[in-house]
Amino acid sequence: MSGFGPAFLTSTSTSFFDLVSSLRPEALPATPGTPQSLPPEGTTVLAFRTADGVLMAGDRRATAGHHIASRRIEKVHRADATSVIGIAGTAGLALELIRLFQVELEHYEKIEGTPLSLEGRANRLAAMLRSNLGLALQGLAVVPLFAGLGARSARDPSPVGRIFSFDVTGGKYEEVDHHAIGSGAGPARSALKRLWHEGLDTETGVRIALEALTDAADDDAATGGPDIVRGIAPLIRAVGPDGEQRVPEDEVLAAASALADVQMRGEATP
Amino acid sequence: MSTPFYVSPEQLMKDRAEFARKGIARGRPVLVLSCADGILLLAENPSSSLHKIAEVYDRIGFAAVGKYNEFEGLRQAGVRYADLRGYSYDRGDVSARGLANAYAQTLAGVFTTEQKPFEVDLIVAELGAAPEDDRLFRISFDGSVSHERGHVALGAGADAIAKRLADVDVTALGLSEALRRGREAMGLAADTAIEAAVLDRATDFHRTFRRLEGDA
Repeated sequence: MSGFGPAFLTSTSTSFFDLVSSLRPEALPATPGTPQSLPPEGTTVLAFRTADGVLMAGDRRATAGHHIASRRIEKVHRADATSVIGIAGTAGLALELIRLFQVELEHYEKIEGTPLSLEGRANRLAAMLRSNLGLALQGLAVVPLFAGLGARSARDPSPVGRIFSFDVTGGKYEEVDHHAIGSGAGPARSALKRLWHEGLDTETGVRIALEALTDAADDDAATGGPDIVRGIAPLIRAVGPDGEQRVPEDEVLAAASALADVQMRGEATP
Repeated sequence: MSTPFYVSPEQLMKDRAEFARKGIARGRPVLVLSCADGILLLAENPSSSLHKIAEVYDRIGFAAVGKYNEFEGLRQAGVRYADLRGYSYDRGDVSARGLANAYAQTLAGVFTTEQKPFEVDLIVAELGAAPEDDRLFRISFDGSVSHERGHVALGAGADAIAKRLADVDVTALGLSEALRRGREAMGLAADTAIEAAVLDRATDFHRTFRRLEGDA
């Protein structure tokens, strides 16, 4: 034990990813070679703008081939105080990438004394994906969805809800009002197109998210809808002026049963 | 060829310590005290952006006096150390003891081998579940570490500040009362610019460090 290594004292980088890459590359998410059996995959995450920010929701199922690997996986996570990240793709890598991204943002904030801008966070995420390209080409793709509150430009500093999607090569695309990723993205996007409107409050937002996820679960075997019998609800996180908050699971479950009641009676959803 | 003057090791160390002590004694004071609501970090600091107190990890705070560029470098090294450790193992495995150790080794190494010792004194504070579980480590420019209880002050007039708080049971105070007593002990006028932050015992988030804006 002899104090800090030279890299700790002389580094000028604010990136935790760079630090780990140089000091402890084996701690980064990586898999040498292609695994024999299919690793678990996570699917369907969606996000849209609301009146005071953004809302992101993800189902709780992970699949490995035709097998359900997990009913309770969490695909939507808090990135920092004003943003959330959701992931579809190889679950093991995806969860590690989220953990790395969370530390990356926190690390920058502590070193610089101020949080990274929303656009800056999205760019960092894109760079981290790009460095994972080798894995993506092996079939272990990870595709995130990133959303949060941030200024649109330096001239207009008032924060608005913004959504970014990515591809496996690290391409970053800003979405306008709503977006969905994963194998159930098709039905979920159609539902969002139909239901989304300007000025949604969180309660209505939760209902719309549930409806879109239910639609996705209807048509996609890899997406799990709300499971009222077991009490497993999709994971929903909202970012507003008060910061990032998880919508409590019992509230989501109550909204899901209300939605199921309406659908059972064959009525049109409000 | 000229023969270098012989300087005894005792004299060499004494000169270096005196040099470092002089630099540190010019620094405006910093006070860290553990109260019922958390650990309060207080610094007299005219700048609102060049911080003397900072967050290192979830439950670990950092305070320093002396040369800004030197303690800023040490602070960043601490953040790198803590984040890397927390990422490789678990967030709960980052402790103030390990961090204080690394600081002590680094400062001791620089003190004995480099041209010029660091002119800094540091405090590493770790928040516990209750005030008696709090850990306050004071690390001096020469790498000596001491484990303090209740409160610890650095910089100009540190001894006087500690004396003024000697018969106050700081661990029983609430946050606002601790802030008032702390300011009083530091002998600050009402309009003196201070920097204040707290490691909050009550927060639900894993990151407990919070700057007290508009420092009352």
